[in-house]
Amino acid sequence: MTTATARIPRTGRSAPKPSKNARSRERALAWARRAPLLPALIFLIIVTQLPFVVTLIISFLNWNSLRPDETGFAGFSNYVQVLTDPDLRQAIFTTIILTVSVVLASLLIGLGLALLLDKKFIGRGLARTLLIAPFLVVPVAAALIWKHALLNPTYGLINGTLTWIWSLFGSNTPPQPDLLSQAPLAAVVLSLVWQWTPFMMLILLAGLQSRPMDTVEAAQMDGAAPWAIFRHLTLPHLRQYLELGGLLGAIYIVQNFDAVFTLTSGGLGTANLPYAIYQTFYFANEYGLASAAGVVVVIGTIIVATFALRTVFSLFKKEAAR
Amino acid sequence: MSTLTPAAPRRSAPDTTALKAGSRRRGKSRMDPTRNNTAAGLAAWLLALLFATPVLWMILTSFHSETDAATNPPSIAANLTLDAYGEFFGASSGVSPWPPLINSATSSILSTVLVLVLAVPAAYALSIRPVKKWTDVMFFFLSTKMMPVVAAILPLFLFAKTVGALDNIWFLVLMYTSMNLPIAVWMMRSFLAEVPVEMLEAAQIDGASLLLTLRKVIAPVAMPGIAATALICFIFSWNELLLARVLTGVMAGTAPVFLTGFVSSQGLFLAKVCAAAVVISLPVLFAGFAAQDKLVQGLSLGAVK
Repeated sequence: MTTATARIPRTGRSAPKPSKNARSRERALAWARRAPLLPALIFLIIVTQLPFVVTLIISFLNWNSLRPDETGFAGFSNYVQVLTDPDLRQAIFTTIILTVSVVLASLLIGLGLALLLDKKFIGRGLARTLLIAPFLVVPVAAALIWKHALLNPTYGLINGTLTWIWSLFGSNTPPQPDLLSQAPLAAVVLSLVWQWTPFMMLILLAGLQSRPMDTVEAAQMDGAAPWAIFRHLTLPHLRQYLELGGLLGAIYIVQNFDAVFTLTSGGLGTANLPYAIYQTFYFANEYGLASAAGVVVVIGTIIVATFALRTVFSLFKKEAAR
Repeated sequence: MSTLTPAAPRRSAPDTTALKAGSRRRGKSRMDPTRNNTAAGLAAWLLALLFATPVLWMILTSFHSETDAATNPPSIAANLTLDAYGEFFGASSGVSPWPPLINSATSSILSTVLVLVLAVPAAYALSIRPVKKWTDVMFFFLSTKMMPVVAAILPLFLFAKTVGALDNIWFLVLMYTSMNLPIAVWMMRSFLAEVPVEMLEAAQIDGASLLLTLRKVIAPVAMPGIAATALICFIFSWNELLLARVLTGVMAGTAPVFLTGFVSSQGLFLAKVCAAAVVISLPVLFAGFAAQDKLVQGLSLGAVK
């Protein structure tokens, strides 16, 4: 009915005015359709949007809970401090390095794995299951295992394996690196790449399997080299999936708290913004400053999320249009 | 008319394409003419084992004694024992892991139930009988998920402190519900959209009531997807650390918060740390492998099938 009445003026015919009764019935119908949606919508607005508005307000306040008398309006001074304080500036820098390197590395390795798993071989299902396992370990547990069982310089598996390999060649002076204290950020990156590669692999594998095989076969029939097929057919098809994986990964990794907290407790330049914010309000009680840093994270996320939304939207529209 | 026209063109089509894609994949992949499958298989297996090593090592170490666990070079062939598990479950350590495990189970299960209660009707309103501007609503849901937790955590903490909800599992349940609701709505919309519109029309023509249609037409098609959604929500709640760390403490601390107690522990407890990690990861591993097929769809917010 609604679509029909909307179309009438365009065809030039005079539209019969809907009676008052019909209009109120239509309105009731619209509300009946909206009703199932409202509880979820209202709940989310209250629990997520309202707190952010409060964060926004607090970010303009001078508020340290240990010095309640000094509470007052601060203007932009919290924001200035976020951008000038060496620790917080370092945290912004660390967040960017961490996110970019983890996303890129896990995307590349994930792509390689997806290409391998797209082929048929013996035990493919089991290999896929093994590959998903890193993603299915509780993040704190995974970080603990990396910290204590793998990276520990005296008894960790990595150094232990080095000792073993060197002993095979009769040497008892194996290299014993201590990644956690020598390159703590690399340790965090390593553990996160390990955990996020399966996620990228799964998304890219889904992309590969939705690839129209007839064009690939036509190309093969025409004698196209595997590399040419990958470069000109597979990669363009995968582009959206690469974008989606990268952007969703970025959104999750920007927010990472567990690995930083567990592996290094934010020491030696590994504190990213979420960890720095946690420390600023939980231990330093600097509520205004923490809120301003929180707003900075949101601004950064919005930039990434705009692209993510656009990618999701294009995939989504494709689906809706089918 | 108005109830069916907006939905019909959109939802009758995907099924036929899905069917076509399915049959095409089934037909062609078998004769996928790639010659070096053995090499690819070997490489994939090597990498799979490399990626699984930390997990396998964690499991193996959890069955070693503390002295065998902390050796260099590693003692792979050491005797297996359940000592670390006995130690973890509080035989002599004094700190029982049961309260945090129960807190995690409570918060994860209850929030998942709450998510389903809110998300199923919402997904219905966004797919079966879509409201106007349903895409805008979908993207609003998604945008709330993209907001970092740190951007809202201080007000939530202050609110909980003021009303006395700090260290209260119910408040955590509400937080986890809001955290998972957007994903659940997105996932479930895509599952409900898979219900063939012809079946809905037929049910309507036969005069089936809404409840009957839900039970006989929609539920059978959408149930596996709804189950997968529930498992994924469970995983996210079970894994969550930041909110739990800030909003709970002694009484309502969850399993990940309990695990952070091991952050600075030294080599004396390596087997115990591994046992703890294994026990606390088990529910997630089970849920994850059970939801494997729908995992991608859930994690990519329903955008990828």
